[in-house]
Amino acid sequence: MSLVFAGACSHAPGITGRSERADPKLREEFYRNLGRIRECLEAARPDALIVVAAEHFANFFMDNMPAYCMGMSDEYEGPIEDEEWLAIKRRKIPGNPDLSKRIICDVMQKIDLAYAEEWKFDHGIMVPLHFLTPRYDLPVVPVNINCQGPPLSPLHRAYELGRTLRAACDAQPERIALLGTGGMSHWPCTPDSGKINVPWDKAFLDSFIHNRREDLISYTDEEIFADAGQGGFEIRTFLTVAGATEGSTGELLFYAPIPVYAVGCTVATMAVE
Amino acid sequence: MSLYCIQKLLYQLNRDPYTRQRYHDNFESLLEEYELTKEELGAIREGDIGLLYVMGVNGQILMHYSALIGQEWDEYIHAMKEGVKSHGPVRAGIYTLLKGSES
Ligand SMILES: [Fe+2]
Repeated sequence: MSLVFAGACSHAPGITGRSERADPKLREEFYRNLGRIRECLEAARPDALIVVAAEHFANFFMDNMPAYCMGMSDEYEGPIEDEEWLAIKRRKIPGNPDLSKRIICDVMQKIDLAYAEEWKFDHGIMVPLHFLTPRYDLPVVPVNINCQGPPLSPLHRAYELGRTLRAACDAQPERIALLGTGGMSHWPCTPDSGKINVPWDKAFLDSFIHNRREDLISYTDEEIFADAGQGGFEIRTFLTVAGATEGSTGELLFYAPIPVYAVGCTVATMAVE
Repeated sequence: MSLYCIQKLLYQLNRDPYTRQRYHDNFESLLEEYELTKEELGAIREGDIGLLYVMGVNGQILMHYSALIGQEWDEYIHAMKEGVKSHGPVRAGIYTLLKGSES
């Protein structure tokens, strides 16, 4: 079949773990829009969901850090963090190793992708799943982009990963959904936690929604760090979604800075025709 | 190498139940396995989150150690701010990415 859904959303642990500390009106509006993309996702009747995430030293560390890695397991587990801290109960999440393997083999034609047969999901995947697949019944194929421990792969490669993933998905018989999850400007777990560069986020989101590749790949890591903090490196996940939907545009369903969640909370979909 | 070692210890404490058990049972014998400086050993033993931050430990690793030693979120943020006040700016690691490029 092909790619049947593409979207993007935030994943900050505060979204669930410090849920009650946000302005209730804003939080409900954010949750309602996460519900809207869950409905879009369900309406697309996917057989599997690829989640392109930016994990935070859950499985990967500086002893052996892949630029890109895809899961190839029949089962995953998460959250790796304390359940109470994240307010998400630990559970198993189904995978699809056969589909993973086919996609990995295709992607490897162009991108040197690492693979992992064991993977514990951190908040970077569990928070989105909590809202998008609350019954945990849709097989998930996780993809990680190293956004935490520089050197990081260049932005144009993150976009290229998306293009390559798209071609791989379109070659499979399954109906596949794709979700990118990351933050834009944020300074998570630092003294600047809660700082959000709203104009920077809005400019980035405008480029994302209109899928302007040249603009999306134009940032240097130094610029991102200076204007958007180390959390800004996670825009790579959005770039992969943009690469997978090149030529299409999207819709921004929700954006609002919610400082206690330490991120500009975002919900977006991209067309997949 | 040293920042790498201390981050590795904290990463393993965060992620590996066996390492965490050893932390509870015999912390000193666990510490012996890592090449840590005197200052790092002191910061770890005292749970000095502020100093660990100044040394360059990534917050994505550090926040879980803060939770492990029983700090609430606000205490964690406060500890880092205090750390910078008493020990000066972050010395190494990801938060010094722009060091040297600033005039
Ligand atoms: Fe993140």
